[in-house]
Amino acid sequence: MIEIRDVSKWYGSFQVLKSCSVSVARGEVVVVCGPSGSGKSTLIKGVNGLEPCDEGEIVVDGLNVGVKADLRVLRTRVGMVFQNFELYPHLNVLDNICLAPMVVLKRKREEAEARARTLLGRVGLTDHALKFPAQLSGGQQQRVAIARSLAMDPVVMLFDEPTSALDPEMIKEVLDVMSDLARDGMTMIVVTHEMGFARRVADRIIFMDAGEIVEVRPPEAFFTAPESERARAFLSKILEH
Amino acid sequence: MSAYNWNWAVIVSEPYVGWLLDGLAVTVMLALSSWAIALVLGTVIGLARTLPSAPLRWLATGYVELFRNIPVLVQMFLWFFVLPELLPREAGHWLKRDLPHPEFFSAMVCLGLYTASRVAEQVRSGITSVPPGLAAAARASGLSLAQTYRYVLVPLGFRIIVPPLTSEFLGIFKNTSIALTIGVMEITASSRQIESYTFQGYEAFAAATALYLLLALLLLFLTRRIEARTRIPGWIARSNT
Ligand SMILES: Nc1ncnc2c1ncn2[C@@H]1O[C@H](COP(=O)(O)OP(=O)(O)OP(=O)(O)O)[C@@H](O)[C@H]1O
Ligand SMILES: [Mg+2]
Repeated sequence: MIEIRDVSKWYGSFQVLKSCSVSVARGEVVVVCGPSGSGKSTLIKGVNGLEPCDEGEIVVDGLNVGVKADLRVLRTRVGMVFQNFELYPHLNVLDNICLAPMVVLKRKREEAEARARTLLGRVGLTDHALKFPAQLSGGQQQRVAIARSLAMDPVVMLFDEPTSALDPEMIKEVLDVMSDLARDGMTMIVVTHEMGFARRVADRIIFMDAGEIVEVRPPEAFFTAPESERARAFLSKILEH
Repeated sequence: MSAYNWNWAVIVSEPYVGWLLDGLAVTVMLALSSWAIALVLGTVIGLARTLPSAPLRWLATGYVELFRNIPVLVQMFLWFFVLPELLPREAGHWLKRDLPHPEFFSAMVCLGLYTASRVAEQVRSGITSVPPGLAAAARASGLSLAQTYRYVLVPLGFRIIVPPLTSEFLGIFKNTSIALTIGVMEITASSRQIESYTFQGYEAFAAATALYLLLALLLLFLTRRIEARTRIPGWIARSNT
């Protein structure tokens, strides 16, 4: 489903990604973790071309991120959820969800709205369709953002630290929605520090450090017996608290 | 030297009251037509300054620097006295002789192009103060660059700059008085004319001042309504100005 082959990227002379390769199968849930600045965001933003890579290639569902015509189609099939939600503040919840389906997929308003309401039900926000983003809590906003991505009927969902900006009591409601998605068979790449979620939901863990993919292993193996010294150091740090 | 003879009746008696009202009409027409030019051109140029294409950005920046940095009075003279001499003989002739009210059209173009450079700066600052993550979210969901501008950047950017734009709008009414230097009979010119006919300069300029104040109050009322109408529930613009 997703093929990342020998991808490298530089910011000036600083190399953010160092020849990263990994592939993700259909229906698989992969959690990416690693220290701050290790290149996790850059890697998943490479998957939908928000951060173009300098070397190597990324192919999603047969579409090459580096090819302009492919990229346009690819973005309609790859949903992305951001740390800061990034809901359009001037549109209400319903219009936030309907914008891309109507503008990009040319769906009719009634059709788009019907789908949006179904998705709002799925993320538990049926009653909030006409509110503006600033009138919702962080957890609600992030669930709207997930619904907005799902409205495009994506085949892959990318999450970049979806719960890092949330107050602790709201983290669970967002992780629950993500777990449901995973159970329904969505292909997902999730950057997160929520190790409990990783353990329960992930099929594999990608551990990154300093722009390299250091380990790619099933969660049980990764958490109980990390192979690399770097992963051990990382885990001992984040599992401490 | 004799004492000044106050005579307030002058400003409400014919033909002087008619001159004042004609002046008011010219001021309003000049301001509105210049504003139309300024808004359209300023938007195009301001947006161009935020585009990825470097040549377009440079062109737009050049325009802004040129028109913003030459005093308006000088620009007024350039348009009215110098331009007809620079054009081919035929065109220059047409401008000076055949075009009805050449001074009005020179003033309109002058104020329109000058204010466009100021509007462009506001538009640019509005667009750049839209949080970049919103554009990323739009692009990630498949919107093209043009669609991202149309549905996200422009609606938000313009809401952010409603207050400075309304003050530019008020400013163009004040700047119309500069047009008297090339013979446009707007409010200030009319009151000077009344002074030279009646020697009641204080009354005439008091009347002019009152008309400008009245205009300003009316515009302020209008713009407050626009500001209220474009406000986004709960959202505080993260403006960088
Ligand atoms: N636009 C940029 N210009 C220069 N350097 C950048 C840019 N974006 C990111 N970097 C650098 O690239 C490195 C990797 O960034 P990235 O955001 O991918 O890390 P991350 O693993 O997601 O970290 P975090 O956990 O803090 O989100 C960091 O050192 C960062 O400073
Ligand atoms: Mg990151």
